[in-house]
Amino acid sequence: MIDRLDAELLEQIAGFHDIPTGAYNIRKNSVAAGRNSTEHIEILSKEDKPGIDIRIASGTKNESVHIPVIITEAGIEETVYNDFFVGDDCDVLIIAGCGIHNSGDQKSEHDGVHRFFIGKNSHVKYVERHYGSGEGTGERVMNPHTQVEIGENSVCEMEMVQIKGVDSTVRGMDAVLSANAKIVVTERLMTHGNQKARSDMRIELNGAGSSAQVVSRSVARDASEQVFNPCAVGNNACAAHIQCDSIIMDTAKIRSIPEIAANHPDAQVIHEAAIGRINNDQLLKLESFGMTETEAEEIIIQGFLR
Amino acid sequence: MLEVKNLSFSIQESRSNLEIINDISFTLPEGELLVITGPNGGGKSTLARLIMGIAQPTGGRILFDGTDLTDLSVTERARLGIGYAFQQPPRFKGLTVRKLLSLAHGATLPEDECCQYLTNVGLCSKDYLNREVDNSLSGGEVKRIEIASILARSPKLAIFDEPEAGIDLWSFSMLVDTFRRMHAAGERSLIIISHQERLISLADKIMVVDHGIVRAYGSRDEIYPSLMGQFSCGYNTKGEAI
Repeated sequence: MIDRLDAELLEQIAGFHDIPTGAYNIRKNSVAAGRNSTEHIEILSKEDKPGIDIRIASGTKNESVHIPVIITEAGIEETVYNDFFVGDDCDVLIIAGCGIHNSGDQKSEHDGVHRFFIGKNSHVKYVERHYGSGEGTGERVMNPHTQVEIGENSVCEMEMVQIKGVDSTVRGMDAVLSANAKIVVTERLMTHGNQKARSDMRIELNGAGSSAQVVSRSVARDASEQVFNPCAVGNNACAAHIQCDSIIMDTAKIRSIPEIAANHPDAQVIHEAAIGRINNDQLLKLESFGMTETEAEEIIIQGFLR
Repeated sequence: MLEVKNLSFSIQESRSNLEIINDISFTLPEGELLVITGPNGGGKSTLARLIMGIAQPTGGRILFDGTDLTDLSVTERARLGIGYAFQQPPRFKGLTVRKLLSLAHGATLPEDECCQYLTNVGLCSKDYLNREVDNSLSGGEVKRIEIASILARSPKLAIFDEPEAGIDLWSFSMLVDTFRRMHAAGERSLIIISHQERLISLADKIMVVDHGIVRAYGSRDEIYPSLMGQFSCGYNTKGEAI
């Protein structure tokens, strides 16, 4: 069922060649291509719309869920709704991601709506990778939307990476934090050609002692365009730090619009944003190791997006 | 062997020509250690940057082992065997110390070799190997990693631009020993820009550069005794010797 092209896409977005261990759901060209529930992690199809419910029982530790989506046919446009219900006292890794290989001239689009309901004292790491390939002229479009509710004392780490081949992305994220909850968002983005990417983020820190850390790093090459609009709202005694750092190259355009708001005297909300070319001294340093300018640029970008 | 012939570098400043380096010539034979010293703003770093190719001279030639470097890029000069430790090294987000040393070396370095280079600049290696060369490191740490990268690169001609800056006393002794050993090994030529007595005393030759010209140049025994006390009061406000 998994052919060579599928394997390549799965490798890029989920880091595996074959069927993963643990719970998984593989979606290929809008149909389920494999599913496995485990004792603690149950995956069920939604009745009313495309998508799945992932129910992670309280006390589930050191388990993982893979839910990759691959599209290898041109002309597929889908919206998928995945809901994660994570109990109390869990420690789980969720690997999502979407790979589109489009060799046709029609658009392929995957819009994923992910909702997370995380209980108390849990730790969730969510990794989402986007990748596009194919020589067709059809656009590869991915619009992920993520909603997260984080319960008391829980930590949610979100790592979102889109390095190659996606023509258009509008990413949305809304997070709501209870007391002592923590969210750490790491975003890595690189755009080429005429690609366009937009990332909107809104984090509501409602609980006392909650905290948020957002580190967004991006590289815009060629004539691509990026817009960042992260927003942190402190509604209680809390701490939030947003950092957007972008490297601009060629004729690319980047807008960074960080927003912070405090509705409580003990809310500490900070943002930093910077856009600039690759530092000339960095290039010179690597050139003085015998690298060409192009090689030096690649090393700097690789590190920056690590 | 490095041959610097009638090297000049000037910049245009409000219609007048400002000479940063003014007709400097010298020869550095293989295996020799030259210390360049002199007041701040005298042109020492510019001279180093001209040799590495980071700045282009407005006059004169630079030859290395018979090859004319003058029109070559930084990359080409590096490949011919010239290395340069920056006075203010850049930082790199996401690049680990280990990766940086491997890039300098030109191939992946085994862990023990990385550790040896770090130890030679007074850094406790285990703590640093996987750290990123970013803002989390202090100025002195970045500076020492910069010197370690030149050790890892091991160029035929290594230029160090004020290696002592920002480095604590204990690590500095370590560094002096490292330079002494490099020099004793004999095959490498070294240029060290420094104000530090202990580094100056390692030199075979000393050059005093001030206002873009060579004020004094000769063997350590000739120059060293007359050096102390010169920087602060040896010149008048116009930079003329008094």
